[in-house]
Amino acid sequence: MEKRVTFSRWTIGILFAVPQLLLIFTFFYWPAGQAVYWSLTLQQPWGGGNIWVGLDNFRSILSNADYWNSISASLIFAGISTGLAMFIALVLAALTDRQLAGSRLYRVVLIWPYGIAAPALALAFRFILAPEAGFMAVVNQVWPGFWDPGLDGADAMASIIVAFSWKYVGYNFIFFLAAFQAIPRSLIEAAAMDGSGVIRRFWDIQFPLITPTIFFLLVINITESFQDSFGIVDIMTSGGPANATNLMVYKIYSDGFKGLDYSGAAAQSIILMMLIIVLTIFQFRFIERRVHYR
Amino acid sequence: MVERTPFLNFFTHVILFVGFVFCIAPFVIVAIAASHNLKDVNDVPMSLLPGSDFWVNIKTAWATADLGPKLLNSFIMATGVAAGKVIISALTAFSIVYFRYPGRTFIFWLIFVTLMLPLEVRIVPTYAVVANVLEPYQTIMDLTGLSWLIEKVSGVHVALNLGMLNSYPGLILPLIATATGTFLYRQFFLTVPDELTEAARMDGAGPLRFFIDILLPLSRNNMAALGTIMFLWAWNQYLWPLLITTDQSHATAVTELKQLIPNVGGAPEWHIAMAGTLIIMLPPLVVVVLMQRWFVRGLIATEK
Repeated sequence: MEKRVTFSRWTIGILFAVPQLLLIFTFFYWPAGQAVYWSLTLQQPWGGGNIWVGLDNFRSILSNADYWNSISASLIFAGISTGLAMFIALVLAALTDRQLAGSRLYRVVLIWPYGIAAPALALAFRFILAPEAGFMAVVNQVWPGFWDPGLDGADAMASIIVAFSWKYVGYNFIFFLAAFQAIPRSLIEAAAMDGSGVIRRFWDIQFPLITPTIFFLLVINITESFQDSFGIVDIMTSGGPANATNLMVYKIYSDGFKGLDYSGAAAQSIILMMLIIVLTIFQFRFIERRVHYR
Repeated sequence: MVERTPFLNFFTHVILFVGFVFCIAPFVIVAIAASHNLKDVNDVPMSLLPGSDFWVNIKTAWATADLGPKLLNSFIMATGVAAGKVIISALTAFSIVYFRYPGRTFIFWLIFVTLMLPLEVRIVPTYAVVANVLEPYQTIMDLTGLSWLIEKVSGVHVALNLGMLNSYPGLILPLIATATGTFLYRQFFLTVPDELTEAARMDGAGPLRFFIDILLPLSRNNMAALGTIMFLWAWNQYLWPLLITTDQSHATAVTELKQLIPNVGGAPEWHIAMAGTLIIMLPPLVVVVLMQRWFVRGLIATEK
């Protein structure tokens, strides 16, 4: 869509865009280019500039078992937490949209978790799920050794999934509820007049009409699970035990800033960027579909 | 709605109530744990009746994590990001929508691409840029021979250096450098009727006048929505402040959470940790509750 009426002094027009362009050049394009450069070179340990190594950084990362472990941990985390957060939010939003008594309260409260910083809720869940105090300790008293995120990788993964899903149920709820409310009431009333029940109306009318939102949230949730998980991992598990929760962004951070391996971290960043770009392109195809829907 | 479904209604109430309990439980548990003393908080199971040490714990947590200055830092950062976004995005969207100049589509795409790569995935090189913000320009001048030329002509050796580690601009600017708000404004500007622009022009208003006196007042709703979302988003940032504030004086409240984790081997001071968590999660919660309408609207509008 374009404006028909515009201003003709385009030098002023460009000036309006300059602050933004300077910012994204300095803090976006330059670093992104730098990441590519670093990923293809190796920094000399005691100065003397970078030497060109081609794809060696990528080769050494991709042949490293730790990295593949990190990728599979990230994918498991992304898959389970996205599924959990979306399913719960979908059910809650669908039921809230029935507008029974009290639904206004739910509409207000259920979005609170999304406002909380990931590290803050991570610390809260670290206490709630702590094996020796808090609430899982009760379970541990009944079955000793049942739960210990500090020693058992699966337990640690479960803890970060719970914390992340809790936050994103709130996020998904907002979008699902908005999608449900955008469906014209007359459509649902007409279906009810034709004798279809609540469940039938959900599957035949509401669900098909919110599929664009489902696809959209699917992509956002997966992308966010790569980024927003950093604070949760850092506070709850620090990537442990035995790298079981060493997700991709956390590994970039620990390799780059703790291990001071800039080239390796840059190469990992490039791989992650590509992953996210592929996901975004995916999303664009669905956005196009959404436009056709209406 | 139109039919009687007592069983389904009962089922709906049960599920929603369970969801409500799970949603609210962490807040309640944190608040209760923050009111216990060291012994009670480590009881198994922990008593769900509030203890009496709430204010003592809050004070201890406040002192341990040095929360006064840290909350102020968080506030400055979040306000800076929100204000920067609201202003810069408006300027850019105005330029993209209301002018026709060569390269406009190119600029549009240049900005659009920034949506794809969040700060988290390019932290390492961004950190290097912030260590010396003028490095990109220095490198370009070196490569184009410009700095050589300047040195020949004026005898001045060009070494641009502006470090932003441990500073508010360093915290704020990289967080503004994405396109989130620009598209929110763009969508809105496109719905502003052309007749309004024509009328303004007929009355002799230039682009600047039109922007300040007509377009900005019309966008107040957008500004509130974008500002709310950006404030929360910036307040909740963790990785970026953690990296660039090596000096404690510029650390933010959220990065201080790490100081509150009870260390292994030490006393499990969960009551202090939870008191600190409560203080840190409260400001964004207040914003969400008070600005709920703008929050929901901003979230849906910026992401779509």
